Amino acid sequence: MSGPSTYEPKTGFTKWLDARLPVVRLGWDSFVDFPTPRNLNYWYTFGGILTVCLMIQIITGIVLAMHYVPHIDHAFASVQRIDRDVNYGWLVRSIHAVGASMFFLAVYMHIFRGLYYGSYKAPRELLWILGVVIYLLMMAAAFLGYVLPWGQMSYWGAMVITNLLGAFPIVGGPITEWLWGGFSVGNATLNRFFSLHYLIPFLIAGVVGLHVWALHVPGNNNPTGIEVKSNRDTLPFHPYYTSKDGFAIVLFMVIFAFFVFYWPDALGHSDNFIPADPLVTPALIVPEWYLLPFYAILRAVPDKLGGVLLMFGAIGILFVLPWLDTSKVRSMRYRPLARWFFGFFVLACLGLGWAGAELPDTPVPGLGAIGVDFLLMGRVLTVYYFAYFLVILPILGFVEKPSERPASIEESVLGSSSKSAPAAVPAE
Amino acid sequence: MTEAVEHTGADGQEPSRRDFIYIATGGALAVGGAFTIWPFIDQMNPAADTLALASTEVNIAELEEGQEITVIYRERPHFVRRRTAAEVEAARGVNIASLPDRDARNFNLGDGAPATDENRSAMTAAVAEGVEIEDALRASLLVTSANCTHLGCVPTEGAGDYGAWFCPCHGSHYDTSGRIRRGPAPENLSVPVMTFTSASVLRLG
Ligand code: HEM
Ligand code: FES
Repeated sequence: MSGPSTYEPKTGFTKWLDARLPVVRLGWDSFVDFPTPRNLNYWYTFGGILTVCLMIQIITGIVLAMHYVPHIDHAFASVQRIDRDVNYGWLVRSIHAVGASMFFLAVYMHIFRGLYYGSYKAPRELLWILGVVIYLLMMAAAFLGYVLPWGQMSYWGAMVITNLLGAFPIVGGPITEWLWGGFSVGNATLNRFFSLHYLIPFLIAGVVGLHVWALHVPGNNNPTGIEVKSNRDTLPFHPYYTSKDGFAIVLFMVIFAFFVFYWPDALGHSDNFIPADPLVTPALIVPEWYLLPFYAILRAVPDKLGGVLLMFGAIGILFVLPWLDTSKVRSMRYRPLARWFFGFFVLACLGLGWAGAELPDTPVPGLGAIGVDFLLMGRVLTVYYFAYFLVILPILGFVEKPSERPASIEESVLGSSSKSAPAAVPAE
Repeated sequence: MTEAVEHTGADGQEPSRRDFIYIATGGALAVGGAFTIWPFIDQMNPAADTLALASTEVNIAELEEGQEITVIYRERPHFVRRRTAAEVEAARGVNIASLPDRDARNFNLGDGAPATDENRSAMTAAVAEGVEIEDALRASLLVTSANCTHLGCVPTEGAGDYGAWFCPCHGSHYDTSGRIRRGPAPENLSVPVMTFTSASVLRLG
């Protein structure tokens, strides 16, 4: 796929540059002439959206860091000052806080897209694994960032999450004190969390570079899951996908702007408007919405260490997914059974998120009468979450009869008649 | 010197001077690397001034029976409770074998002491020389960490199945001796090192 370079420098300067540092050539081959399957749908625009999200977080973050004070006595007030006194501080902070949620919204779309179209399968295993690494780093960055405003939820979220590490026998205690830099979550903790929160997005940017590199070796997967066979299956990235991605980015930005301007606190928690108080715990501690499913998995297990291991396992399992799915067919478009199980999997993830937001012994609306509380719901869905990867996908590959697939990407788009109608092939 | 030069022969069998330099460099990098990494790891551990925040003094003279205050000791909140006679009695009446955690978790005693109420109360506190303090007062005072041993929330006073502390985060119930009785928390609330430095002052740490 990544054939010989088609870049031809035209001006004297670009020729001079190309002989010394072929950076324009790299950009041209990667984002202008890059042959891209012609059938990518809007689910494929989230990669571009995610890149924009990362840039937005870094730019707004650097601005916030100019005004933010990472000290327990000043952090809360400095964030209030950003909101009230710093010129356009309210805007920058709102973009950063909403941006974290939008980033996760996009990454979840991106991940589910990959799960549905089988994008994790050979030869894209490493591409998928790098994606999971990015997702892990994103969770770390968001958790650390949420601690910085030093409100009640910041403080107690940090307390509960760092205490999870204490579950590990013997090393748990020393590791937690090492992480805190003291005997509890305190100033040392806040200070280092700021340093790491600043660092991680740049690590993400590095891994994104590898992710795109690993994408450009085998090339994009596509909704049919069929490999590119001829250049009639592809279109050059520019202008076809720069415009499609660009359009999707603009739509995404409209939603983003709606939250920034009209509903900036919708995704936050009211307890975070109360300064951190080590003496009083809020009645209900919940993480940000994007981490709720994992919180539900953590609470599904009555044992502290067991819960922690299962929660990390829920992410860890994504790393080995390429070897758990035994089906030869990539896209679930042609997997009549798998697509149902996938649908339930999406529902299970949403249900876990709901369970994570509620108190465990609250009855589930509608099901309370038959004794189903959120703890039980969380447990059932946790079982399904793991069964999807460990039982369903491995077995389905053997028992499922895939439906008929088109002979090529071109045929899936233009129908088999396209062979007799060469005029339908766009000029390249 | 001459010997070493001879060994650079092309037969590939004898270790050459280049092999030696290669191995020596690799070894130095590994050992030097380990020594260099350690300071960068250890810098995150509690600093000297944090460790020096060693003690907190609590004025117990004004504490009424049945009253509880929360103090900060070593960055962590601690409950200081002067229990009523009924609370002490309830705590003493418990069969230790029935407890989820049978260890007293008392830094004045060290590991392995049974979780009796006597082993958890201020009966175990040291008493500075020349200080007179009634046994009944010592037995009624209970000082424990205020961070739930599950994930660190601060339990609510006077709540839960045992009328003592209830942790709202994931539902842990503690009794009037600060021992875990029901819920996900694995251990009893720990008791810090303490000394009566005068008839009215209890020093933690
Ligand atoms: C992966 C990218 C990033 C994510 C997901 C992220 C996430 C977050 C979150 C969730 C918050 C709390 C927002 C709130 O409730 O107020 C936050 C705060 C903060 N972040 Fe980031 N962030 C990212 C990148 C950065 C970068 C690169 C910097 C600095 C260069 C930065 C600096 C800050 C500062 C100073 C705050 C505290 C002010 C505030 O709370 O608004 N962030 N971040
Ligand atoms: S922190 Fe107390 S029960 Fe979880």
